[in-house]
Amino acid sequence: MVKKVKSIVITGNGTNCEVEMAHACRLAGSDDVDIVHISQLLFGEKRLEDYHFLNLPGGFLDGDDMGGAKAGANRILHATVKNSGEKLHEQFMRFINDGKLILGVCNGFQLMVKLGLLPAFDGEYDSQSVTLTFNDSGRFEDRWVYLTINKKSPCVFTRDLGGVYLPVRHGEGKLVARNDAVLKRLHVRNHIVMQYSDHACRGPVMNYPENPNGSIDAIAGICDESGRIFGLMPHPEAYFHYTNHPRWTREELPEEGMGLRIFRNAVDFIRREIA
Amino acid sequence: MAHRIEVGFKQGIKDALGEKTARKIVENLNLTVDGVTTIEVYTIEGDLTDNQLEQIARGPLSDPVIQHYVIDRSLADDFTWMIEVGFRPGVTDNVGKTAREAIELLIGTSSNAGIEVYTSRQYVIRGNITRAEAARIASGLLANDLIQRYEIISGTDWDPAEGIKPYIPRVIIEDEPVTEEIDLNVEDTELQNISNTRVLALTVEEMKVIQSYLQDESVIAERRHVGLSDKVTDVELESLAQTWSEHCKHKIFNSMITYENEGGERTEIDSLFKSYIKNSTKEIREELGENDWCLSVFVDNAGVIKFNDDYNLVFKVETHNSPSALDPYGGALTGIVGVNRDPFGTGKGAKLIFNTDIFCFASPFHSAPLPPRILHPRRIYDGVREGVEHGGNKSGIPTVNGCIVFDERYLGKPLVYCGTGGIMPACILGELTHTKAIRTGDLIVMTGGRIGKDGIHGATFSSEELHEGSPVTAVQIGDPITQKKMTDFLLIARDRGLYRAITDNGAGGLSSSVGEMATLCGGCELDLSKAPLKYAGLQPWEILISEAQERMSLAVDPGKINAFLSLAEKMGVEATVLGTFTGSGKFHVCYRDKTVAYLDMSFLHEGLPTMKLRAKWEPPTHDEPDFPEPDDMGGALRAMLSRLNICSKESVVRQYDHEVQGGSIIKPLVGVVNDGPSDAAVIRPVLESYEGVVVANGICPRYSDIDTYHMAACAIDEAIRNAVAVGGSLERMAGIDNFCWCDPVQSEKTPDGRYKLAQLVRANQALYQYTKLFGVPCISGKDSMKNDYIIGDTKISIPPTLLFSVMGKIDDVRKAVTIDAKKPGDLVYVLGLTSDELGGSEWFALNGSIGNRVPVVDGERAKRLYLALSRAIDERLVASCHDCSDGGLGVALAETAFSGGFGMSVDLACVPSVGIDRDDYCLFSESQSRFVVTIRPEAQDAFERVMRDNVFGLIGGITQKRRMTVKGRQGNVIIHEDIDDLKKAWQVPLNF
Repeated sequence: MVKKVKSIVITGNGTNCEVEMAHACRLAGSDDVDIVHISQLLFGEKRLEDYHFLNLPGGFLDGDDMGGAKAGANRILHATVKNSGEKLHEQFMRFINDGKLILGVCNGFQLMVKLGLLPAFDGEYDSQSVTLTFNDSGRFEDRWVYLTINKKSPCVFTRDLGGVYLPVRHGEGKLVARNDAVLKRLHVRNHIVMQYSDHACRGPVMNYPENPNGSIDAIAGICDESGRIFGLMPHPEAYFHYTNHPRWTREELPEEGMGLRIFRNAVDFIRREIA
Repeated sequence: MAHRIEVGFKQGIKDALGEKTARKIVENLNLTVDGVTTIEVYTIEGDLTDNQLEQIARGPLSDPVIQHYVIDRSLADDFTWMIEVGFRPGVTDNVGKTAREAIELLIGTSSNAGIEVYTSRQYVIRGNITRAEAARIASGLLANDLIQRYEIISGTDWDPAEGIKPYIPRVIIEDEPVTEEIDLNVEDTELQNISNTRVLALTVEEMKVIQSYLQDESVIAERRHVGLSDKVTDVELESLAQTWSEHCKHKIFNSMITYENEGGERTEIDSLFKSYIKNSTKEIREELGENDWCLSVFVDNAGVIKFNDDYNLVFKVETHNSPSALDPYGGALTGIVGVNRDPFGTGKGAKLIFNTDIFCFASPFHSAPLPPRILHPRRIYDGVREGVEHGGNKSGIPTVNGCIVFDERYLGKPLVYCGTGGIMPACILGELTHTKAIRTGDLIVMTGGRIGKDGIHGATFSSEELHEGSPVTAVQIGDPITQKKMTDFLLIARDRGLYRAITDNGAGGLSSSVGEMATLCGGCELDLSKAPLKYAGLQPWEILISEAQERMSLAVDPGKINAFLSLAEKMGVEATVLGTFTGSGKFHVCYRDKTVAYLDMSFLHEGLPTMKLRAKWEPPTHDEPDFPEPDDMGGALRAMLSRLNICSKESVVRQYDHEVQGGSIIKPLVGVVNDGPSDAAVIRPVLESYEGVVVANGICPRYSDIDTYHMAACAIDEAIRNAVAVGGSLERMAGIDNFCWCDPVQSEKTPDGRYKLAQLVRANQALYQYTKLFGVPCISGKDSMKNDYIIGDTKISIPPTLLFSVMGKIDDVRKAVTIDAKKPGDLVYVLGLTSDELGGSEWFALNGSIGNRVPVVDGERAKRLYLALSRAIDERLVASCHDCSDGGLGVALAETAFSGGFGMSVDLACVPSVGIDRDDYCLFSESQSRFVVTIRPEAQDAFERVMRDNVFGLIGGITQKRRMTVKGRQGNVIIHEDIDDLKKAWQVPLNF
């Protein structure tokens, strides 16, 4: 049991959802929440090991100029922490080995797959086997989507969740696997956590706009084998209060937004299981 | 040596951009193609080994899952045409810059290792397309000649082994920096000549003021002292031209005007700005007395009001019309990231919390031949939309509200209004944030991007000046990520108290930013040779006035400069000390150790003579329409819903992130399936609080054809009623006026200048009258006065257009209201009076008429209604509320119904009206200050009690059955339409 749950939200170079992500961490009960600029990590002023919950928020890392989060992934892979000789990437690897939690949303999810943090078959967290690419529509879109949750997934973030309703806001959210074997394994080993669905959250749909990007098998979010590393295109931090819901003026909704459940699960898990 | 790395999609992977391009070739150019694929090309300069190139291609430049690459050979094969589009020298290449940084990090080299990356894109086209058609695709869709170059390669001539040789669009300028001296002791014609050839846009009178300044003995003596002669330097002349430009000094708004009304009565107006805009705000503030919530008005880059005891709100709306006409994408992108810097550069600087954008275009379906140099309106529409998408989304600022207005006269010049709001703590480290102060000795610091030839004389350039090898000076492409990195850094620097004052570099560049800041302490000494440049070879005057983007200027206490610069370096932001703020009274500019400008601050800022202009109002008369009342009123309603000015803009809205930052309360699209049109936006800028900000706009240029006085009154009323409709209140609502006019100065080119100036006078008179009456003060504004197109015999002038934007406060966002009908059984009310006011209406326009009876705002009655409605909303009595604007009651009723997914049954006989004798007039009159509201039956009594001193009518109810049924004034059913058909009519026109 930890006394204090400590969350870090990494920002800089084009991220833009850090404030609401930190807010969601706080509402979910995280005791300490720091928004940390990546330069603070690179200058050794902050270290990942001092936290339990790593949040990679949405945005446009380096403008997504060579593809979503490509340059951002390149930075984490190759940048060195000042005066230590250590690559920032090594801190990420240690963080994972310590069994801590990582949540990547939208651009943060793109960053994770391009780093190879997801799906990370056989515990290999540095080899890319899936990607997130341009929506079939060829355009960025902001719209709310229904999601069905794979109950068999080991994902700790979605425990006890049925369907969820969240906004997507991206131009590059279509998940593509390197080959059929990878796709099959995603299914078989229950890496698939979330899929775009119809309005009753009854199961995966391929038709636009319910599936907003043409993602293969309607995949919206995946986790690693441990279920502690999770990335998704929809924005759970954008639905922390009922007034975030697009129809809150016409529907009876609980005070707390559905997206917050994902953060609560994370914080509760840390409190319960991380020593 | 240069290398080319080409990256394409693997077999079987969808090329969404290629498919979208193929669709556009069909939709925009009416050509058919079998398919288009795209290939990204990186041309890399630098000393790189084969191994490194391989690493670079595999690493940051390509995605191993979906892409493949080749180095120094070509991917494309088996095509009809291949069009490769790259940038011209000096044009901002954002992807190239990111790629360079990624490569430097990958191979572990520094940024001075001489690596440069230039990007281009290949469109590989297959299909039955002729060379001429390929050329049309290149110039009409894929590339903009002003900023891009392209190569068209035929598949039959293609030799993949030969491929394409690397092309480096490097800027090469061999000129040594020199400062020229110009003798102004010349004839008037020569003075005019100097102004024209140097694109100074100064009149002979203005040139003569400079001439006589330089003849002053004491001025000459002081100049000698610093090594200058009695001739003006090019740096000084350019600096004066910038500072005295219409853009910076608002000469027309500050002129002395003799206005003659239709009765021949004359009035002398000493500055429209002071008399009408500033005065109204001043009087409102006086009336508010101790409760005055305005903090900073008209003095800074944006206006500032109090949000609560802890925070201030900041708001500004700008236009970027001319650049958007030339390069819709770059112009609009620069427009949005440019206006972002206004609230950011206000007071101590504000965090940016919303964007609001309003575009005025000609019809995207325009089919007549285009005059020379005019881009097709569809291309403008697509380009502007995309520019604002990239600028807004990548900056992480939600685009919360906006609209698109269509009129054929925007063919000559589109209007691109971009607005941005911000929030700042009221006090940081014991200092108020909404004011600015600079001390003598503070350092002049520039942060952000580097200076290039971008945007020099932007608005007045001509194409002849562009040639291969010379950078494009007129159009710029913004870089939202460079700006985001800078603003991330500056907000931290602000909170640590590392700088004293901040302002943005926009029009006029350093000349304006440093020149204006220097007025706070009385002078400056600036060394242009210290400014970081994008490439060598800029002349000192160019460095001073370049409008290169993403830059802020700051005043930094010398004691804090080290902390400031080291934080900047750590966060990867360039910051450079360029000089010192002084109390010398001089605008003193050096290049290395030589003085290149030495002007009295008072002359620079107050030396401009006031213009004297004449205005004469003659009310126009149009034919009254004589079309009969339509037999098929349902069809008429559908036709109205399909009007470009009324129909859904969902496809545009969806492409803007309207929810980032987490405070979205009332989104632009609402209703049972999230696709009804919101009247206004509500956001919650501080996530821990329920206090919210309301943002709305009003714009109705069609009424200018009748009388700009009422056009302005209606724009103000529309903005306010939109804000009130969602729960905003007159208690705290601030306005921004934004005038886009056609040239109102009488001349050979503008023989009707006096009339157009009278139109401007009348719009200002209305602005004074109505802002005062509503108690909604303007806190900042903008004017753009030359929105004409003149080439050869063709002149197109925009209709005089006032955008009135409001930002208000809602105390509890949980009380906000949306437009959609909520439940069957709810009662439908019309609030406000409907009159025979169809002059300039959409209904008349649809029937080919203008008419004369323009809507007239009864301000007193409107204010009373708004206060009552605000109370009803605050007491949670209102289920839905929608304002009546374009298309009147008919459109508002239909939108309320189909947005809610319910039917509606109403009776026009119950609509409170005066002088209405036709059902179509009742349905489509655009009388102002009206709403359609729905009320739960149990709230009926309470609602009617709150409304009792106002005009309102209970006209029907919401039904489960999805039909809109309207009974005419004679009691017969005139509309019986499926709401899904109505919705479809509304959704189809701009669904691309």
